[in-house]
This record gives sequence, structure tokens and C-alpha cells, in this order.
Amino acid sequence: MLNYTLKRLALALLVAVTVSFVSFMLLRISGDPAIALAGDAASAKEIEFIRKKYGLDRPIVIQYLDWAHRALQGDLGESPFFNQPVIDIIGGRMGVTMTLGLCALIFAIVLAIPLGVLAAIRPNTWIDRVALTTSVIGQAMPPFWFGLVMMIVLGLMLRLLPISGSGSWQHYIMPSIALGYYATPAFMRLTRAGMLEVLSSDYIRTARAKGLRAGSVLFKHALRNAIIPVVALAAVQFGFMLGGSIVIETVFALQGIGYVAWESLTRSDLPVVQAVVLLLSLFYVVLTFLSDMVNAFLDPRIRVT
Amino acid sequence: MIMAPVETTLGSTGALDQLESILEPTPGAILRQRTFGHRGFMFGAIVLVLILAMALLAPTIAPHDPYDQQLTRRLINPIWHADGTWTHPLGTDSMGRDYLSRLMYGARISLLIGIAAMLISGIIGSAMGILAGYFGGKVDMVISFIITVRLAMPVVLVALAVVALIGGSLQVVILVLGFLIWDRFAVVMRSSTQQIRGVDYVTAAKAAGCSTPRILLTEILPNMFNNLIVVATLEMARAILLEAALSFLGMGVQPPLPSWGLMVSEGREYMLFTPWMITIPGVALFMLVLSINLLGDGIRDITAPESRG
Repeated sequence: MLNYTLKRLALALLVAVTVSFVSFMLLRISGDPAIALAGDAASAKEIEFIRKKYGLDRPIVIQYLDWAHRALQGDLGESPFFNQPVIDIIGGRMGVTMTLGLCALIFAIVLAIPLGVLAAIRPNTWIDRVALTTSVIGQAMPPFWFGLVMMIVLGLMLRLLPISGSGSWQHYIMPSIALGYYATPAFMRLTRAGMLEVLSSDYIRTARAKGLRAGSVLFKHALRNAIIPVVALAAVQFGFMLGGSIVIETVFALQGIGYVAWESLTRSDLPVVQAVVLLLSLFYVVLTFLSDMVNAFLDPRIRVT
Repeated sequence: MIMAPVETTLGSTGALDQLESILEPTPGAILRQRTFGHRGFMFGAIVLVLILAMALLAPTIAPHDPYDQQLTRRLINPIWHADGTWTHPLGTDSMGRDYLSRLMYGARISLLIGIAAMLISGIIGSAMGILAGYFGGKVDMVISFIITVRLAMPVVLVALAVVALIGGSLQVVILVLGFLIWDRFAVVMRSSTQQIRGVDYVTAAKAAGCSTPRILLTEILPNMFNNLIVVATLEMARAILLEAALSFLGMGVQPPLPSWGLMVSEGREYMLFTPWMITIPGVALFMLVLSINLLGDGIRDITAPESRG
């Protein structure tokens, strides 16, 4: 287990460094970042000033090392739009995005696992078809559009829920459903496939033959084993949700890091965008590492390979 | 199989039934039966063909010019409202442009971006996946690492940032999406290549002295075809949804092009009084992505029924 952990950790660190370099380079693909920072109306002198101020006249590797060094100390640069450290702008909003991601994940799991299990117990019946239809619709519905439709029906027509902002817990209901529903099909398919496979295995037949109660066989023997891949998927999907929350946050004006990243993009506030890309990527790296660990803990076979 | 003697008088239907029960169904017949008996596949295929026809025939069947602004005729309601008119069956938008015509031209944008981005990502991802799967070792390590790094990057945000920096246009969106969403191709091709790398016909080709490119292209690649098609449908659907999201956020295809995502975004302002401006392009997007997904699921069921999940 220690050997496996160290290997995974080394890989995660390597990925983290590469990811940070990619996010650093990302905002330079358009050419001169000084021009982008200065805006369209800037004179050559102003651009030169900005180039000096942000150290953009140095070699790219030096700039990266400097940036990474400061990022490690929690200094993600300064936003030229707010004239404020980026960390102060993002820090307070992480909570909103995390809450949204977590609520969406819970929604997806609460909807998908019972449906997936039921569909596996009674394959090719109406309940299986309901599960399949739910998942096929979820896969095809654009999340931002689903959010808008909910907003029109629940917010504007029925006036049940607030349509924008992040003031209270009610503000999170529609965004979480819109974001979570898109992830539901993946969970449902995996649960259903896992349950079907486990239910046809020998030890389930043995447990039944021993005369165990059906519920006990189902939950203690079958679900426990079928759920292992779902745990791994949950970590990965949580990472994807945080990345995808930018669209949903923008639709509902939910003040998380996705919304601030979008706002920053529209006003060329590049250090903020860069910081959000970096944070989301690093978070994903941490999540996949944790999911690998949980998996290896639950399924000893993985540790060997 | 031994052919049973067949009656020469085939006039009655009874004899015909007998004939069919004697002859085993040919592989073609099994395939046909599976294809036409698969409801999801047939539904997906029919809807997709309809949308494709709508896109290709848009210049002939669209009732109006999708860019023609008539400010005196703005925000006309669709035909199912009391004040709707047959001149504009789906109404007009805030600039007085015919909504049905814009919807038809919008299908072209979604399909073009879906197909082009899928082809680009398919070439990149399959090449990486097959190389990693076939050679293994160091090549596999490097390519797997690149895939891991790519998966860690938040797609939507990276695409938004790149499009915002370079400037949004149809070509930019296609290239950005194509270069971003090759991950599933790479992952699937890698594991399927690993599975068939050691089978006898590959070993035989090696023993016969075939060059590596020849083995990859004529032995490995053709056997990946079913998997490739299934992933291709998934990625096409993903590209279409991503384009809609980018355009919706204002950093994808730019106005006045009738992208469905852009139409939803333009309808937001009038959400309270004319919600159909959001519902119509949204339903179109939903139907397109649904049909592509059903087609993909269907192809998987038909070609490899054992992997149904």
C-alpha cells in the first residue's frame, strides 16, 4: 500500500506541476500579455510600463518559476481591474462554488443510486425503462438551458424560488439540480452495470442459498461491492462539476469562482482567470489522488498492479 | 451446415415458412433485424436525418432570410399563440428576424461544429491511444501522462479563456474544441488496442514482416471501428453542447450567426414575456444531442450486444 501511495503521489505532483505550467502559458497564447492587460486603447508607453511592472520582459521560464514560487506562498498576483490581490477576490467565493458542487453531487447520487439499483434488480421492466429514460434525457439536456427552464417555471411563473444571487440556501436549489442532473446518467449507468454484474456472481447465489433475507443480500453483499467504482466516479465528477459550474453560476448569478472567472474574462482581468484555472486543475488532481487511495483501500487488487 | 432438401413447390406460404426455419438467418439478416428492431437507434436515426435535411436544405426551405431584420415586426408570437401568424410560424426575435429560419440555419452551425470538432479530436485522440496501447512502456507512460494532464484542465473554462483571448469565430471554436476533447478517444483506443495487440492475427502480421505503420493501419485500426464510431457520437454530442454553452456565455460563435446557444442567450432578456424564445432553440439542441446519443447507444448495442450497459 505504501509503495502504491508513493507512486500515485509522485504522479499527482508531476501532473500538478505540468498543469500549473499549462495554466501559466494559457493566457500567453494570444501573444503579448502586456497588450491584453493594458487594454485596446493603451499607448506604446503604457504597454511598456505594464511590461516592466509585471516583469513580462524576462525569459518565460524565469517568469513561470517566479509565478509558481509566489503561488505556493498563496500570492496569485494582483487583479488589474480591482487593484486587489487575486487571492482576496477568489478566496471568499470558493465556498459558494464548493457548496454548489457538493449539493449537485448529492442530488446526482441521491437520484442515481436508488434508480440504478432498482433498474438492476428488475431489468427490462418499467422501472428499468424509467431509469434509462431519466439518464438519456439527462445526457442530452444542455445544463444551462435546463437551468433557464427551471428559472422560468419555478421562479417566474410559480414564484417558488429566487432566480438569481447567492444569499440563502434556496438560491442553491435550482443551480444544484441543473448541474447535478447532467452528472446523473454516469452514476446511474455505473450503478446499474455494477449491480447487474455483482448480482450474477457466485457469492450472491451462495448468500441466497444460505437463506439470507433478500434485503441483507442486496445491501450487505451486493451494493457494497457494486458501489466501489461509483466512489471513484464521485470524486472525478465532483472535479468536473466544479469546472462546469462556471456556466450554471453565470446563469443564476451565483457569486462563486466560476462567475468571477467569467466576469474577469469579459473585462480582460487575466490574473483572476489564470488563478481560477490553476485552482480548479489542482483541485482535480487532489480529488483523483484521493479517489485512487479510496479505491485501493476498498479493493486490495488495485494496490498490486 | 448441411442443406436440407427443399421442396420445389414454393407456392404456398407454409412452404416458405418451412424454408425460413430450415435456413439459418444470415449475418446480414441478424444485423438488419437488430438494427430495425432497436427502437432507440431507429428514433435517433430518423430525428438526426430530419435535422440533417433541415440543415442542408435550409437555403431552399427557410421561409425568410435569417439575417433580415424587420424592426416593425419584432417579437411576434409563434403560431400556437392567439396572435401568431403563418408568415412567421415560430415568431420573430427582438430584431424582427424570422425564428424558424434562424433555427434552420442554426442546425448548420451545430452540425458543422459537432462534426468538425469530432473529426479533429478523433484524429488526435485515436493516434495517441493506438500508439500508447500498441507500444506500451515509455510511450504509454508519456501519453497516459498527457491524458491525465488534459483531464485535470477544466474544459469549459479553458475553452472560454482561449476563445476570449483569440476572439470568437466559427473556426476558432472548432479548433479549440477539437484540440480539447480528444481525451475519451485516447482512453478508449488505448485500452482496446491493448486488448488486441497480442492476438494471433497481429502476431502473424508481425511474423510476416509487416511494417509497424502497416500493422497499425491495416490490422489494428479496422478492428477499432465499432468503438471508434460509438466514441465519435459521444464526442460529437459533447462538442455541440460545449459550443452551445460557449456561445450562450458570449464567447463562442458571434452574432449575428444563428447559433442555438446564442439564440437562448438572446432570449434571456425577454424571458418573462416570451419564454418560447428560450424553449425553441433549447428543444432543438436537446433533440439533436438526444438523437446522436441514441444513435451511438444503438450502434453499440447492435455491433456488440454483450457490452450493453
